[in-house]
Amino acid sequence: MAVATPTTVRDTASIAESLRRKRDVKGVAFQAMMFLSLVITLGVLVVLLFTVISDGWPVLSQRLGGFLTSTLRPDAVDAGVVQGLKGTFYLCAIVAIVAFPLGIAAAIYMEEYAPQNWLTSFIQLNIRNLAGVPSVVYGILGLTIFVKGWGISSITGGSSPLAGGLTLSALVLPVVIITAQEAIRATPQALREAGFGVGATKWEVIKDHILPYAAPGILTGTLLSIARAAGEAAPLLLIGTISGIITRSAPWYDVTQVQDRFTAMPTLITSWAVQPDTGFSVENAAAAIVILIFFVILLNSAAIMLRNRFESKRSG
Amino acid sequence: MTATNWDITELQGSPRRQQREKRVQAVVFSAALVSILLSVMIVGSLGFEAIRYITEVDLSRLWDRGWFPRNGVFDLKTLIVATLWVTLIAMVVAVPLGLSAAIYLSEYASVRARKVLKPVLEVLAGIPSVVLGFFALRFINPNLVESWLENANSSGNMISAGIGVGILTIPLVASISEDALSSVPNALREASAGIGARKLTTTTSIVLPAAISGLVAAFIVATSRAIGETMVVFIAGGAADTALFASNPADQGLTMTAAMASLAAGSDEVVGSGLAYGSLFFVGSILFLVTMGLNVLADRLVRKYRLEY
Repeated sequence: MAVATPTTVRDTASIAESLRRKRDVKGVAFQAMMFLSLVITLGVLVVLLFTVISDGWPVLSQRLGGFLTSTLRPDAVDAGVVQGLKGTFYLCAIVAIVAFPLGIAAAIYMEEYAPQNWLTSFIQLNIRNLAGVPSVVYGILGLTIFVKGWGISSITGGSSPLAGGLTLSALVLPVVIITAQEAIRATPQALREAGFGVGATKWEVIKDHILPYAAPGILTGTLLSIARAAGEAAPLLLIGTISGIITRSAPWYDVTQVQDRFTAMPTLITSWAVQPDTGFSVENAAAAIVILIFFVILLNSAAIMLRNRFESKRSG
Repeated sequence: MTATNWDITELQGSPRRQQREKRVQAVVFSAALVSILLSVMIVGSLGFEAIRYITEVDLSRLWDRGWFPRNGVFDLKTLIVATLWVTLIAMVVAVPLGLSAAIYLSEYASVRARKVLKPVLEVLAGIPSVVLGFFALRFINPNLVESWLENANSSGNMISAGIGVGILTIPLVASISEDALSSVPNALREASAGIGARKLTTTTSIVLPAAISGLVAAFIVATSRAIGETMVVFIAGGAADTALFASNPADQGLTMTAAMASLAAGSDEVVGSGLAYGSLFFVGSILFLVTMGLNVLADRLVRKYRLEY
C-alpha cells in the first residue's frame, strides 16, 4: 500500500499535464465557426451598403441636388425623388399623429388599468397576433377600409397619403403598444406607491411619474416604428400608390396633398428597380435607396443609442 | 375641539378630479379596443371577398398551367411551390447564420464585443425589404446564383429571392435565439463546468437542449416572416404579374405575397375582372391563416421556456 500513493500522485499530475498540452481543438474550431457566421452576416451588410452606394454613385456624385428636387420624369437622367420624399414625409407624420397616441394609450390601459380577466388576456393575445400579420395583409385592410370603405373614402380621397398613413399606423400599432408596455412595466412599483401615498390620483401618477420615467423606452419603440413605416412598400402597393408619373407636385407645406394621389420612397424604388432601363433600375434606384437607408439607419441608430444609454443609466 | 366637523367627502377630492379619472380610463380603454377592431377589420375585409371569390370561381381554374389572374387562370400550386422554395432557401440561409450568431453572442462574446455586435445586427434588421430586393436582383443573382447555375433566370429567380429573404430574417432568428439561450440559467452552465465538461460540451449538450423550445420558436417565427415577405420576391423573383408553373428554383417564381402585390402594381390600382380582384383576397386569406397559425404555435413555445425558468 505504501507504493500506491506516489503512483496516484504521478498519475494525476500527468493527466493534468496532458490536459494542458492537448488544446481543445474542437472547442476552438466551434467558437471560430460561430464567430465566422457573425462575420459573414455583418459582411453581407457591408457588401449591401457598398453595392447600393457604388451603383448610385453616378447620380449621388453628379446631380444629387437635382435628384432630390426634381419630379418623376420619363427620362432617367433628369428624374428625381422629390414626390417620393414628400409622400414618405407625410406618411411618417400621419403615423406619428395616429399610431403613437393610440399605441401609448392602449399600453397605459394594458399595464395600469386592465383587470386580470379574459378580456385583458384576449386583447393581449390579439396584439401579439397582430404584430405577426404580414405587411401585405395590412395592405388589404387599407384597400378595403381606407381606400374604398363607405364614408371613409370621401375623407381619405382614395389612394392618398392619408389612406396610406392610416394603413401604416395599423401596421406599426402593435409594435408601438408592445414596446410601450415593456417600458411602462419597467418602472419601479415604488414610484406608483409614493405617488398614491401623497394623494395623487391614478392618472396624475401616470402622467407625472410613470410616463416621464418610461419615456426613453417608449421613444425607442416609436422611432423604430417610424423607420419601419418609412421603409414599407407592400401595403402601399396594395392601396395603389402611383408608380408612373405624377404631374402635380404640391409644395411641402401644402397639407391638402394628403388627399391626393401620391408615391413614396419605397414604392418609387420598387417601380424603378424593375424597369428595363438601367438608368432607372440601377443608378436611380440605388441612389434613392441610399437616401432611404440613410434616414432609416439614422432613426434606428438613434433608437438603439437611446435604449443603450437608458439601460446603462438604470443599471448603473 | 371640532375634530368631527369635517365630512368624509372632502377627502375624496374634487368631483371634477374624479370625473377626469373616469374620462381618462374610458379613453385608454377605447384605445386598447382599437386593436380588437383592427383584427375584426382585417378578418372582415379578407373574408367577404374571399368567400365571394371561392363561390364564383370555376374551381378547375385553381389547378391549371400557371397564375394568370387577369385571364381567369388561378393555379394555386404555382404560388404554393414558389412560396415553399423561397421559404426553404431563406431558412437554409437564415437558420445556421442566425443561430450561430446567437450562440456566439450569448455564450462566447465578451460584454464589450456584444455591445458593438448587437447594434450592427439591429441595423441589419432595420434595412427595408425593398433594399434587399434590389440587392438580391443586382448583386446576389449575377454574382452568386448565375455563376453557380448557368440555367438560372437572369431577370430574377426563386434562389436569389430566397437568399434575399434569408438575409432579411437572419437578425430575427438571431434575436429570438439569443433570448432563448440567455434565459437558460447560469447554474446549468456552472454545474456542467463543475463536473469537468468543456465549453463546447456545455454549449451543445446542456445549453442548446435547455433552450430548444425557444430555438424552435425562432425557427417558426422566421418561417412565418419568410412566407409573408413580399418586396424581395416581387423585385427579385423574376415574375411580373403572371407566372407559368415552375418547380425548378432557378426559374422565375411568384410567391403568394408577390402575386398579391403584382395584382396591385403595374396598373396603379387593383383592377381586372371581378375574379382577379377577388383572388387577391383569397390568396391573402390563405397567407393570413398560415402565418397566424405559425405565430400562435411559436408564441406557445416561447411561453413554455419562460415558464420553465
